[in-house]
Amino acid sequence: MYGYPDYMDDSLKKVEKTRQKRVELAKKGLKNVLIPKSAEERDEVLSKYHPDYQPDARRKIKVGPNKGENLTAKVADLLETHSRIDLENFKLDKPDYETDVLVIGGGGAGCETALWAMYNGANVIISTKLRIGDANSMMSQGGMQAAVNPHDSPTIHYLDVVGGGHFDNKPELVKALTSEAPMIAKFLSHLGVIWDRLPDGHLQTKAGGGTSRRRLLSARDYTGAEIMRVLRDEVKNHPDKITVLEYLPAIELIKDGEGKVAGAILMHMETGQYIVVKAKTTVITTGGFGRLHIKGFPTTNHYGATADGLVLAYRAGANLLYMDSVQYHPTGAVFPPQILGFLITEKIRGYGGQPVNKDGELFVFPLEPRDVEASSFIKECADGNGIKTPDGHVGIWLDSPIIDILNEPGTIEKAFPAMVRQYHRFGIDIRKVPMLVYPTLHYQNGGIEIDVNCHTRLPNLLVAGEASGGVHGRNRLMGNSILDYNVFGRRAGIEAAKIAKKTKIKGKLNIDHVKKYEEELKEAGIKTKEVSPMLLPEYRNLKILERHRKEFDPFLPAGI
Amino acid sequence: MAEEAQNNKLIPVYILSKKYYVPEGSTIITAMEYAGFKLKKGVGCREGFCGACASLYRLPGDYKLHGGLGCQTVVQPEMHIVQIPYTPAEKKRYDIEKLTPDNAPFNELYPEVYRCVSCNTCTKICPQELQVMDYVQAIIKGDLELATDLSFDCIMCGLCGVRCPAEMAQFNISILARRLYGRYLTPKSEFLEVRLKEIEDGKYEKEYERLMKMSREELKKTYYEREINFDIT
Repeated sequence: MYGYPDYMDDSLKKVEKTRQKRVELAKKGLKNVLIPKSAEERDEVLSKYHPDYQPDARRKIKVGPNKGENLTAKVADLLETHSRIDLENFKLDKPDYETDVLVIGGGGAGCETALWAMYNGANVIISTKLRIGDANSMMSQGGMQAAVNPHDSPTIHYLDVVGGGHFDNKPELVKALTSEAPMIAKFLSHLGVIWDRLPDGHLQTKAGGGTSRRRLLSARDYTGAEIMRVLRDEVKNHPDKITVLEYLPAIELIKDGEGKVAGAILMHMETGQYIVVKAKTTVITTGGFGRLHIKGFPTTNHYGATADGLVLAYRAGANLLYMDSVQYHPTGAVFPPQILGFLITEKIRGYGGQPVNKDGELFVFPLEPRDVEASSFIKECADGNGIKTPDGHVGIWLDSPIIDILNEPGTIEKAFPAMVRQYHRFGIDIRKVPMLVYPTLHYQNGGIEIDVNCHTRLPNLLVAGEASGGVHGRNRLMGNSILDYNVFGRRAGIEAAKIAKKTKIKGKLNIDHVKKYEEELKEAGIKTKEVSPMLLPEYRNLKILERHRKEFDPFLPAGI
Repeated sequence: MAEEAQNNKLIPVYILSKKYYVPEGSTIITAMEYAGFKLKKGVGCREGFCGACASLYRLPGDYKLHGGLGCQTVVQPEMHIVQIPYTPAEKKRYDIEKLTPDNAPFNELYPEVYRCVSCNTCTKICPQELQVMDYVQAIIKGDLELATDLSFDCIMCGLCGVRCPAEMAQFNISILARRLYGRYLTPKSEFLEVRLKEIEDGKYEKEYERLMKMSREELKKTYYEREINFDIT
């Protein structure tokens, strides 16, 4: 398949026809494009169209610290499963590694935590499921929010964050997030991250959804990759202090005789070998849950985004916060099919790109918070104003060519090389034609509840990044995820090093909490063959799986 | 699931030299999964950003060895495919604070950069279509700004290093160039220092306190009444 199918020509022409009119509107100021929704209008579109509000979206969890609470159904399913470990025969007496700080997860939060723990005198082990840096952090395109303009301030940033999060955010976390953002911008620059800048050196800023000022710092549309590869490079500069264990995901936490979290059990995914890491402090930085494909949505997320850390922490007794809330990114690709669900950066709209329907008409303010924007797209398609794809999906146009008219010719190529490249591979030139988009599963708004120093309620267990809950309330704004993992990764690293200095692991290492959780499952009458953490999603052809032999394949789904 | 091929026409491909029939329109990754491989290495973001799925392939009647990202390359009939889960490559340790933004660090850390014979093999195989050889030459000349610009979209998949007859790991060399450029040669923001001082001096503490004390209703009112202005900075 190459380019758009012929039957879309009429609709594409309409988009072209309305473009000049929309340019004129936008030139009068973005507010004139369409007026942002009021509180009541937001509530209406969310309650009618957001996938979280559908009756089957949530269910009560029967076990664990959040027992009786409504969680996203797929998350509850994932948590009501068995350990991957043979509990009766597992021996913990000889740890394979001992360290001050064990960081579980090798993405942005993990690397940031490891570096700051090291700066504060700790020896660190990073355990990661795939390669270090293979993470959602690498895929983020748009940017990082930081109030670095005179007419903006950390407190205006604060207000935007809590409004976007439906006022459910934990205030002290938002204060840390927003007040430390400019410092993070400088720290990263010091490591060698190249921000987009104006000729005088001032950091270039763009508007983002749900922001009230231009606050988005970027590095072309490889912002996440630029930061992640620099952090990874810096981690690799210190092999004497930071040991990286790749392809070794954690599958269970361990505790000491006093009930403190004291490391984790890792599993080699190809040989099935277990590795025991004994640690004075443990930090979970495993990211989010996009690969659970909640409500059947495609996802922008990395192959490894299966909420592993959530499972480990929950079994050990840590509570979750806002795990009833899922972020769908408004602009996921729906055509061509090879890139279904892929992220189209919000920065496209930050530069003036506009969502329009099949008739080329505007129907929503382009920079609402993500949940409101996504719900508005779903509504427009449900009302019959979307464009159908040959394989039965539906979407609306994201008019990108308007960017070169509103800015200057060549802007798209310069600011969005990744997007131009992505579509060019399939014969679509986004400098000339729009992209077809529909909401896609993007972010875990909630997570393991943390305080401002990243502590969970379990001693010696910290969490940072997407795996944590509370920072973003029930909806994260764009550009606050990179910021989150940097701010709280740093805080977790400093804190973990501090705690490690005071900690003595006492008594016998054990996994009694996992045994207890198994009993709880039994008491609750849960009968399942499923095990977790999931580690990797299942995309194999089911017919072929039936011929596989279970003894060779610990990943075969239950029932096969 | 999410990335399942949508039509049912099957085409023959060779994965690690064994023949399989996979749906037309599959990428290398989805073709392997359709064939029954559980990918535990050589796969990452599946969107072309992480460089984990570097792959090599040959096409019938074509003498060339091609490279591509497994998640971005659509399979063709009779294609022979092999994946490279990771590229063994030299990555030198350094303290960025002790280096200078010119070619001196490369003389010391990556002297193999001077072995470049300008064959352009790296450029030809780059799945990001970067001018790899040109950025290597820019590094040799000490032009880190040009090297940064040309290598910026590198996702470090390692294919250039696999093919290089001079046996250098271009992707590890260019990240040093970019970090030096970012650390030392980008103009600094004066206002950022002003803002950092303001925060340090507690200029926003009172406003934070006011906002954090507000009831939900007050906060809601303040939020919906706030000025939205993208025209000022």
